[in-house]
Amino acid sequence: MSLLEVKKLTKYFGGLSAVSNVNLELKSNELVGLIGPNGAGKTTLFNLLTGVYQPSEGTIDIENDGKKESVVGKKTYTITDMGFGRTFQNIRLFKDLTVLDNVLIAMHSKSKVGTLKSILRLPSYYASEEKMKQEAIELLKIFSLENKISELAKNLPYGEQRRLEIVRALATKPKVLFLDEPAAGMNPQETADLTALIRQIQKDFKMTILLIEHDMSLVMNVCERIYVLEYGRMIAHGTPEEIKANDQVIKAYLGGE
Amino acid sequence: MDTFIQQMINGLSLGSIYALIALGYTMVYGIIKLINFAHGDIYMVGAFVGYTMINSFGMGFFPALVTAMALSALLGVLIERIAYKPLRNATRIAVLITAIGVSYLLQNGMLYFYGAGVRAFPQVLENKLYSVGGIKVSQIQLMIFGTTFILMILLQFIVQKTKMGKAMRAVSTDASAAQLMGINVDNTISFTFFLGSSLAGAAGVLVGLYYNTIDPMMGVAPGLKAFVAAVLGGIGIIPGAMIGGLTIGIIETMVSAYGNSMIRDAVVYGILILILIIRPAGILGKHVKEKV
Amino acid sequence: MKLVNKTNIGWLILAIATFLILQLAVSTGLISAYYEITLVTILINVILAVGLNLIIGFSGQFSLGHAGFMAIGAYTAGIISKYFPHYGGLFLGIIGGIILTSIVALIVGVPTLRLKGDYLAIATLGVAEIIRITIVNMQNVTNGAAGLSGIPYLAKWPLVYVFAVLTVLIVVNYTRSSPGRATIAIREDEIAAESMGINTTKYKTIAFVLGAATAAVGGALHASYFSVIRPGDFTFNKSIDILIIVVFGGIGSVTGSIIAAIVLGILNVFLQPFGSLRMIIYALALIVIMIFKPSGLLGNKEFTISGLLHLFGRKSTIKEEGKK
Repeated sequence: MSLLEVKKLTKYFGGLSAVSNVNLELKSNELVGLIGPNGAGKTTLFNLLTGVYQPSEGTIDIENDGKKESVVGKKTYTITDMGFGRTFQNIRLFKDLTVLDNVLIAMHSKSKVGTLKSILRLPSYYASEEKMKQEAIELLKIFSLENKISELAKNLPYGEQRRLEIVRALATKPKVLFLDEPAAGMNPQETADLTALIRQIQKDFKMTILLIEHDMSLVMNVCERIYVLEYGRMIAHGTPEEIKANDQVIKAYLGGE
Repeated sequence: MDTFIQQMINGLSLGSIYALIALGYTMVYGIIKLINFAHGDIYMVGAFVGYTMINSFGMGFFPALVTAMALSALLGVLIERIAYKPLRNATRIAVLITAIGVSYLLQNGMLYFYGAGVRAFPQVLENKLYSVGGIKVSQIQLMIFGTTFILMILLQFIVQKTKMGKAMRAVSTDASAAQLMGINVDNTISFTFFLGSSLAGAAGVLVGLYYNTIDPMMGVAPGLKAFVAAVLGGIGIIPGAMIGGLTIGIIETMVSAYGNSMIRDAVVYGILILILIIRPAGILGKHVKEKV
Repeated sequence: MKLVNKTNIGWLILAIATFLILQLAVSTGLISAYYEITLVTILINVILAVGLNLIIGFSGQFSLGHAGFMAIGAYTAGIISKYFPHYGGLFLGIIGGIILTSIVALIVGVPTLRLKGDYLAIATLGVAEIIRITIVNMQNVTNGAAGLSGIPYLAKWPLVYVFAVLTVLIVVNYTRSSPGRATIAIREDEIAAESMGINTTKYKTIAFVLGAATAAVGGALHASYFSVIRPGDFTFNKSIDILIIVVFGGIGSVTGSIIAAIVLGILNVFLQPFGSLRMIIYALALIVIMIFKPSGLLGNKEFTISGLLHLFGRKSTIKEEGKK
C-alpha cells in the first residue's frame, strides 16, 4: 500500500483546468521529484494536496495506521495534522518572530497545550513548554540553526530562511514532506548543501518527500522517481534515467519541434 | 396598498441617497481595499458646501449641486494624497485607522467652525407635491430620482467607456500588473476618490434639501448605512452599491412605517450581520481565494 | 522558563510598589477626589485597551465594537448589583457580563472570523450599534436612553487596580504561551499558520472572545465606579477612544497600551478646557502617527525591566532594539 495516493485529480479555475486527471503515488520513505515548465500546475497541485484549494474532481488518500483516509474537503490545518508538511515557493516564514518561535508555532497543534492551562500557568504548562523548546532546539541543530534561535526570521540570510522553512515543516511531524522549489534562488554551493540535507532528512527521519524543483541537477541527483507535469497533465513518470530519455519531456523542456 | 406604494417612493428617495454614498465606498474598496471611514463625512462637507453656496452666494440648486460635487471631489483627492497615499505599503489596519482619524478630523473641524447646532437648509426648490391617484411625490423627491439616475448613468459611462474607467478597472483587478502596463496607478486611485467623493457631495446637497437640516455629525449614520449597503450589494461592485443602497433605503422606510422606528437602525445592522454570515461576498459578489 | 524568575519578580514588585505609591498619594490627598476619577478612568482604559490589543495586535483582527461589549458588561453588572447591592452582587454582575459578552462575541465571531479581510470590523461595528439600540429599547430593564442610575458604588479604585493587573496578567500569559504564539502566527501570515496545523478560526475566536470579555470587565467596573451609565456612553466614539490608546501605544505591545492609557489619560486632563479643539488634536495625532510611525510608540515591542536596566547601563541597547 502506498503512503499517498492521488487519483484523477482535477482542478478547474473558471473554465480552465490548471490540473487535470493527475495520478500520483508515494511509497513510504521515497524521495520523488515533480518537475515541469513554468505554469505547468506544480504549485497548484501542492495547494490541492494541502487543502489550500479544493479539487474539482479526484481523490487524495493518505495511509494512516494501515487505513486509507481521504484528505479531500478537509481544512488545511487538519490535513497538516494528518501528516502533510509543506514549504512555500515564495518563503512564508513568520518574519517578525524569532527562529525558535517559528518552529514552536509549527509544533503547537501536536503539543496539545490548552488555552486555560496557559493562562493559569499550571505547573504542567512549564513542563510541556520546556519540552517543546528542547525538541525545537534539537531540530534546529540538525540544520545548524541552533545559534540563531533568538534571531528574527527576516534577518536570516536567504539560504538559512529556506532551511528554516524546512525545519518548520518538519516540526509539524509530517508523514509526507512537500518541498516547493527549496533551491530557488540558491547558488550552486548552497544547492549542493541543500541536496545533501534533503538526502539526510529522508534517511534520518525516514521521511517521504515530494520535491518540486526547477533545478534539474538537484532533481536528477536525489530523486528515485520523477513525475513530469505539463499544462496540468502528467506527461511522464519514471526513474531519472527514463525521464532523461523521454521524448515528450525533452520536447516540453526545450519547446522542441 | 396606497400607503405601501407611498412608502416605496419614500424608501427609494432615501435609498437613492444611500446608493450615491455607497458608490464611493465600493469604488474605493474595490481599488485599494480600504473601508474609507471618512466617506460619510465628505458627504457631510458636501451638504455644508451646498448650504454655504445657496445661503451666502445666492446660488440656485444646480450651481450649488455642481459646486458641492466639485469641492467634495477635491477634498476627497486631497485626503487620499495626504493621508492615504503615504500608507500604500502599510498594513490595512494602519490605513483603516488613518481613515478613522480623517473622519474624526472632518467632524470635529466642522464642529469647531460651525458649532454643533443643527442648521436649516435653505429651500431653493419649491416644495410642490404631485399627486397621482392618492400617491404623493414631491418635487424634491423627483429631483433626487432624476439627479441620482443621471449621475449613475454618467458613472457607468465613465467606468465602462472611458480610458480612465478602464484604468480603474485594471488597477482594481491587479494594481502591480496595471502599473507594468503603463497605467499611472496613483492617478487612477486619485480619480476614484474624485468620482466617489463627488457623488457623496451630491448626496449631501440632496439630503439637505430633503430633510431641511444639516449638522457636522450628519455623516456618521448615513455613512455607516451606505457602507452596509455596499457590503449588501457586494463590496467593490458598482451595480451592487446601487442595488444595496436602494434595498437598505426601502427596508429602513418600511420598518419605520410598519414596525418600530426605534429599531430601524438595529434592523439595518442586523441585515449586515446576516449577510456576513450567509453570503459575505454580497448579492452580486463572488468569493475569491488568496493566491498562494 | 519558570514561574519564579527575575522578570516575574520584577513585575510583581513594580505592581505592588505602584499600588503603594497610589495608596499613599490618595490618602495624603495628593490625588484629590477629582484626580481619582482620572486614575480610575486610566485603569479602566488599561483593561479595555489591553483587551482590544489582544484582538488587534496579536490576532491581527480588527474589532470596532469594543464599546458594545463594554456596554453589556456595564449594564449586566449595573442591573445585578442594584438587586444585590454588595460585593457578591458586583462579582456576580461581572461574571454575568463576561458570560453574556462571550456569547455575543461567539455568535458574531465564529461566522465572520472564518473569513479573511475586514469582515470582523464591519460586523463588530454593526453589533455594537445593535447592542446600544437594544439597550435603548429595553426600557423596563435598562431604563432606556435616560440611563441607569443609582448603581451601588463598590468598585473603589484599589479594586479597579487589582482587576487591571489581573487583566494584564491574563493577556500576557496568553500571548506568551503556545496558543498565544499560534494566535500571533495568524497575524503574521494566515496561510502559513494554517499550513503549520493551526486552526486559525479557533485561535482568532479565542483571542476575540477573550478581548471582548475584558471589555465586559471594564464596562462593569465603569458602571460600579461612576454609578450612572447611559447608552450614549457606549457609542462608536467610545470604541474609537480605546482604539486610539492601542494605536498610540503600539499595536501588539501590552506595555505600550498601558503607557498610552496613562499618558493619554493625563493629557486629557490638560486638554479638557480646549473642548472640540481637543478632538481635532486627537484626530491629527492619529493621522500623523499612522503616517510616520504606523506601528505606534512601542511598535510590537514590549517595555521590559531588563531593557530598562540595560538602558541605564548602556545606551547602546536602544540601537539594538531599534534594529529589531
